[in-house]
Amino acid sequence: MQEEKQKKMPELNMGKKNKTKLENKALLLVGVGGQGTILASKVLSEGLVKQGYDVKMSEIHGMAQRGGSVTTQIKFGKKIYAPIVGAGEADVIVAFEKLEAARYLFQLKKMGTLIVNDHEIYPLPVLLGQQQYPDNVLSVLEKQVGKRIGQLKVLQANTIAVELGNVKAQNIVLLGTVIKALGLEDLDWAEVLKEFLPLKLHELNIKALEAGLRL
Amino acid sequence: MKKLLTGNEAIARGAYEAGCVVAAAYPGTPSTEILENIAGYQEIYAEWSPNEKVALEVASGAAIGGARALAAMKHVGLNVAADPLFTMAYEGVNGGLVIVTADDPGTHSSQNEQDNRYYAPHAKVALLEPSDSQECKDFVKAAFALSEEYDLPVIIRVTTRVCHSKSLVELGERAEIGVKPYSKNVQKYAMTPAHAKVRHVIVEEKLGDLQAAAEQSPFNRVEWGGRTKGIITSGISYQYAQEVFGEEASYLKLGLTYPLPEQLIREFAAAVEEVFIIEENDPYLENSIKALGVECKGKALLPVCGELNPGIIRQAFFPEMIKAENGESIEKAEKPEGNSQAELSIPGRPPVLCAGCPHRGLFYALSKLKDVVVSGDIGCYTLGLTPPLGVTDTVICMGASISAGIGLEKAFQQGGVPRKVFSCIGDSTFFHSGITGLVDAVYNKSKICVVIMDNRITAMTGHQVNPGTGRTLQGEETTALDLEQLVRAVGIKTENIRIVDPYHLAETEKAVREAEAAQEPFVIITRRPCALLKDVQRARAGISCMIAPEKCKKCKACLKIGCPAIAVKEGQVLIDQTACNGCGLCQQVCKFGAIAKVGE
Ligand SMILES: Cc1ncc(C[n+]2csc(CCOP(=O)(O)OP(=O)(O)O)c2C)c(N)n1
Repeated sequence: MQEEKQKKMPELNMGKKNKTKLENKALLLVGVGGQGTILASKVLSEGLVKQGYDVKMSEIHGMAQRGGSVTTQIKFGKKIYAPIVGAGEADVIVAFEKLEAARYLFQLKKMGTLIVNDHEIYPLPVLLGQQQYPDNVLSVLEKQVGKRIGQLKVLQANTIAVELGNVKAQNIVLLGTVIKALGLEDLDWAEVLKEFLPLKLHELNIKALEAGLRL
Repeated sequence: MKKLLTGNEAIARGAYEAGCVVAAAYPGTPSTEILENIAGYQEIYAEWSPNEKVALEVASGAAIGGARALAAMKHVGLNVAADPLFTMAYEGVNGGLVIVTADDPGTHSSQNEQDNRYYAPHAKVALLEPSDSQECKDFVKAAFALSEEYDLPVIIRVTTRVCHSKSLVELGERAEIGVKPYSKNVQKYAMTPAHAKVRHVIVEEKLGDLQAAAEQSPFNRVEWGGRTKGIITSGISYQYAQEVFGEEASYLKLGLTYPLPEQLIREFAAAVEEVFIIEENDPYLENSIKALGVECKGKALLPVCGELNPGIIRQAFFPEMIKAENGESIEKAEKPEGNSQAELSIPGRPPVLCAGCPHRGLFYALSKLKDVVVSGDIGCYTLGLTPPLGVTDTVICMGASISAGIGLEKAFQQGGVPRKVFSCIGDSTFFHSGITGLVDAVYNKSKICVVIMDNRITAMTGHQVNPGTGRTLQGEETTALDLEQLVRAVGIKTENIRIVDPYHLAETEKAVREAEAAQEPFVIITRRPCALLKDVQRARAGISCMIAPEKCKKCKACLKIGCPAIAVKEGQVLIDQTACNGCGLCQQVCKFGAIAKVGE
């Protein structure tokens, strides 16, 4: 059963180097406590298991609820050892918040894909007026396209989710975008998503997922 | 069936499958979810104990009584539980006894980075180190069997990355072991000096037997690859080493790391050109292996401080390759802040007290006092340390706010320094190890003021119920501990006790001023449930504060409470209505009446 599924693994196009790790991919979901990065990561990991990959997911959520950065790391492929993604190792980074995109850019593989939710959450030093929230995050990131960043995708997941009925579904919009960026649309992701949500939230979140997949 | 489980979920599953019937713990990151998951198995009695010593003693009693029992805790928790641990090694078990210690390399959410592997040789118990979720489950099952076979407690040592990473686990069935018969045996289970003399000899013999068995243990395995590098490793470090060296190196992957398989280590070392020890934090394996006379390199290449990762190993072994692959532009994984390549100055994102946090009112009131020293403790309220409130002076370990506060006060007194000491402690922390400190304050006539910040829950670690909550881990109603009665019972006079609502600033400030003037031990209980509790959120949904722009003088007094719902945007002070729960603290500090509460 497991063997059969493995054959269906989609081809992953990786860089030229590291032939031994050809099948393995690494991604990073970064955001701020309360943005739902962990749920998005769980759905993604579960779907990857269903597609027959070996999957490892790691999360650090120590003081996350109190406004700290939250990161989850997912690795998948034929055989995964370390559950964590190092500097310059992420094929894809999804930033649920703009500042976090810049903060974790050092973890992006050269010419990897960066997905950014164009949304600002002020950290305490900014709230207190001690520091400025930089107004040039996107333009700085754009300058890196073709140098550090292969593909930069900026979207308004919050606005989309609000239009669909609830801002909280922004994480699932972003989930849809990642699925597309990884070329994993084959799976019935709506079914996977349903396993993680109460019935009353199915409709909204499936719409959010579809919106993300279309972007 | 294979399922994606975290290490903690897998440990719980392992306990279930092993036929464990009693489990006890005190919460603490990264161990908390072990008991939360065990509690879901109806076959197992699971409890939150008031502290780790109690948890291990509950598990120890259960094991003596014939049950397979488990106690789980974070690394510093084992310090608290060390007393029963050392003596349980002498007593041994009847039903298997497994102790899980979850260490936190990198101090993601801890006050230190101690390496608890040393506890095994120190206490003379067996030690297992799983490296992924499947091993977490398998090792817990094996640990129960090992504990019974060798009549010893077994420590399972995991780390944050093992606890909080998900990987695939093959699920099995539960073995119904039942509870073994108990028969009285005071030579074994009542550790008097006379019995201990005899038992110590027996423990050494048992460890000798186990050491011989370790040579054949399925948890210690050799994986042959290239023979120029031979890597000896354990736990998560094995995964990192595999990722870096792959088939280039050979591995001695140790699962049973105390007692160590000495012969196996020597044979492996003899079969490779050079031996490297890859381990996180302290040179536990390295020192033991060097003591065998085996030449090897470990901490000469890898750091003692901080969390290990494949990048650090690569950097240590192949520095040229790293440069060639990534160019100069990529910074080290260790310092995400101030990412220069992005030409940005990126403000940090330090944790803050939540909007509506009941702890804020007390800290704000304390910030108005001059010449006070605040002896802090561990919990959400540790954030009383951070600006703009910044009132806390010291934090050591759970419970120390009161006892160290007494010491501070005695030092000031001896030195003739007139400074008042406030000890701030959370409800869960007070039950954990604050009560004895309060007894000391009364007994030895300390003039400190103890503030018990009673938010009705253990908030920091994710809302675990505690003895004050009135509910057990498995959801039963129970007696809620009565704090006032307890405080009075240890001898705090009624006139020296205040119970205040920290949302009510004037009331809180008054209590704090009275405490400051008191010449006897004083207790303030600030009582208000955590703002993130579901019931509280539901009850306060729709309530929020608003600033009337025409009345606002932009004095920014409201920013001094450090609430994440208040910000200055384009020169205007604004309250984020969705984040605000209408606690009203900002309203009470506004001198111009510019803030109103709506939705009540
Ligand atoms: C010996 C020990 N055990 C566990 C922990 C983890 N821990 C830190 S704070 C805390 C509980 C804090 O709860 P409480 O005192 O009620 O304060 P709150 O977070 O609710 O404000 C726990 C369990 C620890 N640091 N040390």
